[in-house]
Amino acid sequence: MRTIQAKDIIEAVASMCIKANTELPDDVRAKFEQAMAEEDSPSAKEVLRQLLENADLAAETKLPLCQDTGLAVFFVEIGEDVVVEGGNLKEIINEGVRRGYGDGFLRKSSCDPFTRANTGDNTPAIIHFDIVPGDRLKISYMAKGGGAENMSRVTMLAPAQGWEGIKKYVINRVAEAGPNPCPPTIIGIGIGGTFDHAARISKKALLRRLDDTHPDPQIAAMEKELEEDINQLGIGPMGLGGKTTVLGVKMAVEPCHLASLPLAVNVQCHSQRHEEVEL
Amino acid sequence: MAEYELKTPLKDEDLAKLKAGDVVKLTGHIYTARDAAHKRLVDLLDKGEKLPFELQGAVVYYVGPSPAPPGRPIGSAGPTTSYRMDTYAPRLHGLGLKASVGKGKRNEEVRQALKDHTAVYFGATGGAGALLSKCITKAEVIAFDDLGPEAIRELTVENFPLLVINDSHGGELYVQPDRKAAGIE
Ligand code: SF4
Repeated sequence: MRTIQAKDIIEAVASMCIKANTELPDDVRAKFEQAMAEEDSPSAKEVLRQLLENADLAAETKLPLCQDTGLAVFFVEIGEDVVVEGGNLKEIINEGVRRGYGDGFLRKSSCDPFTRANTGDNTPAIIHFDIVPGDRLKISYMAKGGGAENMSRVTMLAPAQGWEGIKKYVINRVAEAGPNPCPPTIIGIGIGGTFDHAARISKKALLRRLDDTHPDPQIAAMEKELEEDINQLGIGPMGLGGKTTVLGVKMAVEPCHLASLPLAVNVQCHSQRHEEVEL
Repeated sequence: MAEYELKTPLKDEDLAKLKAGDVVKLTGHIYTARDAAHKRLVDLLDKGEKLPFELQGAVVYYVGPSPAPPGRPIGSAGPTTSYRMDTYAPRLHGLGLKASVGKGKRNEEVRQALKDHTAVYFGATGGAGALLSKCITKAEVIAFDDLGPEAIRELTVENFPLLVINDSHGGELYVQPDRKAAGIE
């Protein structure tokens, strides 16, 4: 058994929240630069230039990249041989969020669905737990802004619709979303499982690096095909036209029921604000 | 595509000349309001009460800024998605609101209201809140403080960079997605 102290987790969570919201990941920066070189349209180039300048300014001033610092979403992998001392892990993570969003001057966006009253400290966080072998604790954090999340969907396709049906649905979703989620976006796709599971894996897929390749060559090819097709829509940065509507497509595929073909499309903001820590 | 420098309050002659795609550098006072604040504004109108700011010639910015760190007037302050305010916007345009600032598409009623009342819809770059905050020199909560990030603030802006998305003549800047090229039509 390995003991991990609550205070170390709180600190790690708080600093992840701040870092992810103020520092543009290097793989995203590289994509912005590549897209800027590939775009012909002056407005597309100008938007990408502004996003790069925004990232420089955020790094320098510690202002968040975007004012919507999102709901705090976590994927936690806890080793079977880990003991957390000093509190309940869910509470500990929420305390880290409270601290990070407070100390980092991040926006608190969590509210009651009916009264719309703000909970005041951006909790409760959305936490997905997974138990894994070993004695490590891995926590991944993602800032999930409302604009992009609102453009996301889950649907239950008929098995006969297959890959063609999936493609059509995803491309249509991006087309419908148009300029709303601040394109260029990143699209997480969950295929399989159940209604809820598809959504969960579509979100988890967004933790992947933009420049990685799916280990399954067939899925890697599907991701590429979908990315190319979506970019043919021509929506471009901020919907002003251009070649860059999405920066990447990340798919997660798992077995599903004989009768179903669950599909989730999770739209993520261009800055893909996420961080992970292993304790 | 022309470039203009405009000052608030905006006048009809300022707006009539604007075309979708024009760049505007805006200076003066603008008011922040998003979902919850709009609901309250409309409730005040229903009760026949006075609004917390003068609507005539006003510009409303759809934004919920992040908290101001010490030494800064405001935190990050980029636009939120505008369609959620579509239910409220036509009524406000009818009462003198001259422009809104946000990101994303507007519905037919809003576009019609822009034509009817010589108003425009501006876009600001979404997800560039740190950069946009540079043009905000002062921010003061003037109503609904309890709404936190959604309170109405009077912002003093200098050369705030805007793009005309929908003009008062029916013009629109957003491109239509090419579904055929993407193979779904
Ligand atoms: S959708 Fe745009 S405004 Fe909303 S969180 Fe993402 S980048 Fe920010």
